[in-house]
This record gives sequence, C-alpha cells and structure tokens, in this order.
Amino acid sequence: MHNSSRRGFMGKAFGAVAGVGAVGSLVAMKKSWDPLPSVKAAGFTTLDMTIYPEGELITEKWRGKPIFVLKKTAEMIASQTESQKARSVTVGGSEFMIAIGLCTHLGCIPSYNPAEKSFLCACHGGMFNWAGEVTKVPPPRAFDIPPFKIEGNNMILGEVGPEYKAMKDSGITL
Amino acid sequence: MAHFTKATSVKDWLNQRLAIEKVEKVMASEYWIPKNINFLWAMGMILAITFALLLVSGIFLLMYYQPHVDFAFDSVNYTIMREVDFGWLWRHVHGVAASVVFLVIYIHMFTGIYYGSYKKGREMIWISGMLLFVTFSAEAFSGYMLPWGQMSYWAGMVITNIFSLGDLHLDGLVEWIRGDYVPAQAFLTRFFMLHVLLLPLAIMGLIGLHFAALRIPHVNNQDGEEIDFEAESKKYLDGDKAGSKVMRFGNDFLSKDMMVVGVFLIFFFYLVFYNYSFALDPVNFDPADMLKTPAHIYPEWYFLWSYEILRPFSVNIGLIAFGFAQVIFVLLPWLDRSPNVAPANRRGAFSIWFWLLLIDMIVLTAMGKLPPEGIFSTIGLVAALGFIILWVALPFITMNEKKV
Ligand code: FES
Repeated sequence: MHNSSRRGFMGKAFGAVAGVGAVGSLVAMKKSWDPLPSVKAAGFTTLDMTIYPEGELITEKWRGKPIFVLKKTAEMIASQTESQKARSVTVGGSEFMIAIGLCTHLGCIPSYNPAEKSFLCACHGGMFNWAGEVTKVPPPRAFDIPPFKIEGNNMILGEVGPEYKAMKDSGITL
Repeated sequence: MAHFTKATSVKDWLNQRLAIEKVEKVMASEYWIPKNINFLWAMGMILAITFALLLVSGIFLLMYYQPHVDFAFDSVNYTIMREVDFGWLWRHVHGVAASVVFLVIYIHMFTGIYYGSYKKGREMIWISGMLLFVTFSAEAFSGYMLPWGQMSYWAGMVITNIFSLGDLHLDGLVEWIRGDYVPAQAFLTRFFMLHVLLLPLAIMGLIGLHFAALRIPHVNNQDGEEIDFEAESKKYLDGDKAGSKVMRFGNDFLSKDMMVVGVFLIFFFYLVFYNYSFALDPVNFDPADMLKTPAHIYPEWYFLWSYEILRPFSVNIGLIAFGFAQVIFVLLPWLDRSPNVAPANRRGAFSIWFWLLLIDMIVLTAMGKLPPEGIFSTIGLVAALGFIILWVALPFITMNEKKV
C-alpha cells in the first residue's frame, strides 16, 4: 500500500511537470507561426494622392494585397447615394474610392470594367459598383477599406487615422 | 537472457534475434483472406504501391526543389524539368500518382460502402480510412502549393480564406496560418514542411492504424458472409485447402493482388509517359502573380465535388454545407441503421441510395469544373441539396430494411 501510494505520487508529480511543459511548448508553437516582425514592419505604405487621374482605377500594393484607388469624377460625386458618400475618402479636396481589391467572398481580385464602371469577380460571379458596393452576390459585403491615415496630401496605409476609425465604428468597413 | 544456440543458417541467426518466422506468419502466411472477394479488394494494395511511388519520386524532386518564392517556380519548371536528367520522369510520376491515388481512394471507399465493409466490428477500419482520406487531401493541397504557379497561389489564397469562417471574420487566424497577410515566403516554407515531413509521417502512422484495424474483424467479403476465421484457417492448415473458405495472404492471395497491381501499373505508366498533362493544370505554368487572379479558379478534379457544395450558397450556409460534406462520411457506420452486412444490390432501397449518391457526386464534380453561371449554377445547387438530402435520409431508409 505504502509503495503504491508513493508510485501514485510520482505519477501525479510527473504528470504535473509534463503538463506544464506541454502547455509551454504549445505556446511556443503557436507563436512560431505568427507573422515575423519584419513582415509586420513592412506593413505600411504611403501614397501620394495628388498623382491619380480622375475616373481611372489604379491598383496599388499594400501588405501583398492589391489596393484599388479611384479618384471620383464630378459626375460620380454628383450621383452618389448617401451610403456611397459614407464610403468616400477626401484627401486634398478630391474624393476617392479606396478599397482592398479582394473580393469579400473568397478573396479573388475582381476586375474593373471602365465602360460599365463596375467590378466583376470571375471566381464565383460576384459584382461590385464603382463605389465598392455589392451588386451581385455571393460576396457578403462591400469591399473592405484598408486602415488609413491622412497627412496632408498623403495617405498612409496600415495606420489608423480618425477618418478610418469613424468608418469602422459606423460599420462601413470591418 | 534468452537462450541462443549456434546458428545453422543466416535465416536461423536472424530468427533467433528478430523472430522473423513469427513476423512472416503474422504478416503473410497466416494472415487469412476470404476466398470470395473480387478485384475491387486489390485497391488497398494498389494504394500502398502508389504511395510508395509518390514517396520515391518525391525524394528525387526534393533534391532539386527550392522552397523560396523567387526560385520555387523555376526550380520545378526549369531545373527539374530540363536540367536534371530524368527529372521530368519524377515529376510526371509524382503528378500523375497524386491524381490517380484519389481515383483509387474513391473506388476503395465506394467498394466499402457498396459491400457494407464499414459495419459493426469494422468501424475502426472505416474511421481510420476516412482519416487517411483527410490527411491525403491535406497532403495533396500542400503539394499543390509548392511549384508556386498562379493556381498554387490563388488556391492557397482562397482555401486559407475559408478559415476566416465567413461572418466570424477570423482574419487573425488566417494570417496566423499564412504567417503573413497574404500567401508569401512563410506560407510556402511551412507548407513545404507539412508536405514533406509532418503529413507524410501522419499518413504512415494512419496506414499502420488502418492495417491494424483490419487484423481483428478481418476483411469483409463479396457476400458479407460472417466467416469463422479460426475454424476455417484450421481447416486450411490441416490440408483441406479446397474446403476452407479462407486462404493465406502470402503467397496465395498476393498473386491475385499483384496481377491487378500489374494491370494498374501498365495504365499508370501509360499516363506518365503519354498523358501526364491531365494532372498538370495549364494555369499553374504561369508564375504566381499576387496582383492578378486567373479568370476561373477551380481545384483539382478530386476536390471538385466538395468545392461545388460550397459554391452555390451564400458564404455562411456554403461553409456549413461544406463542413457537413467533409465529416458526414465518417459517420456512415452509425447513419446506416440496418444490421445487414450485404452487397447493396441485395439491400433494396439502400442500393438506390448508393447509386444516387455516386451519380450525385459525379454531377457535382462536373459542375464544379464549369464556370458558375446560368444553368450550371442551378444544376450545382440541386446536386448540392441532393447530397445533403441523401445523407439526412439514410437513417430512415435503412431503419426499415428487412433482414437478408
Ligand atoms: S471570390 Fe469573388 S465571388 Fe467568390
């Protein structure tokens, strides 16, 4: 009896030590798979917003993702609905449609058709209008807007400015 | 210490140290196989051989492949295909085997379903087999990433996005899996590790489990007959080979197995030498471009049916349907309520269910390949609903099955 309780104690003590070790190594394994600091540090891009021509879609790159930049024409601004206006970003007096160029369904890059002023996602047939809103499912929501901060005529992607924060709080973007 | 005597032969020397005679008995000469089984039972052996082909060709590819986003594409398409002597052979063998192995897995699976080989006593064989299927799928997907072509990149993008789980928006989880905001170097290297080390190890372990699961309930047979293996094997060992219902695995049954394997290998190497391109997607011969999506994204043929179940619905419902399709097969032993272990053709309604399921999955596969437009979307939707309805109906169909 004496012996077996000693064994029992050793078993439990070993279990406790091994348990601590196992949890510790799981933490290490999880963290090893996190994006590297160098990857995170490269996560900022500055755009000079004065260079964009009106009414033409330009694709920039941020964190390996395409970023759609469309300087709105006067005509577009005039025809904007309330919800489209809420998605609009103003820098240096001009209005822009700015969005992560990945379909909100499964992440393909929709292509822009300048004649129809709309985006078509070839993967599952989703469609968006020039303001970035869904006009045909399956995409569940409008294009996401990348975190941005406005500084003069520049826009810094990856940093959160007050304009972006307001959009996020009002649920315009995720 | 055991008692060792002076060895009379090399075999005896080994036998004293490794018990090779006992091993031979367990593995071959006294491993009993029912006599009434047909060529469909040879699929297991074909799978084992195909896995060996994948392993060997993979080792040769591994020697020249470079898991780096700047060099991966060229190391496959230039170095291995043009510079390495016979490099093309290993790549064709690897690519064709990766595709054909799924064809054989599906035949193996549907043979099991048709003859009721997943029923009472054999559940572990079925479960370990389904785990193997899942691991093979992960292995195939991670391998598909490695040449870093356009389809590799975008398949990686789309499939990892699934882990944000629709409206749950687990973007942090997706970034964690990728190790970056998009598939990039970290992603390529970790999928490389999964493909050449972790998943093959898991597969080998599961193959061991799959075989072990077979030892006690023994292999099923064409009539679903319950055989008393003890009595029958005794008959065989006592000399009544013709009267016994079982035979040795080695070398009696093995000769038949190898015959089927031989036919398979002729077909396989025909594909390798003359028709390898079916296994290599043309889109994947363009290097990965993160700013341009291919016009039409589709997975390899063997994933099309489950992809098509995801596609026709809105995101959340699609994901639920997709998840359903992934796990439902595992539950088959419990969803089939009938106690009959018999071929489907003797089981009435179940036989209709079996053929409907097979046809439905072929339709799903065809629709998954076609662009998601017009009538194809509709057929896809009907087939996806059909798939779900069939599985929900299974317990009710089999509950009232009469005893055969
Ligand atoms: S990824 Fe765009 S519609 Fe599916």
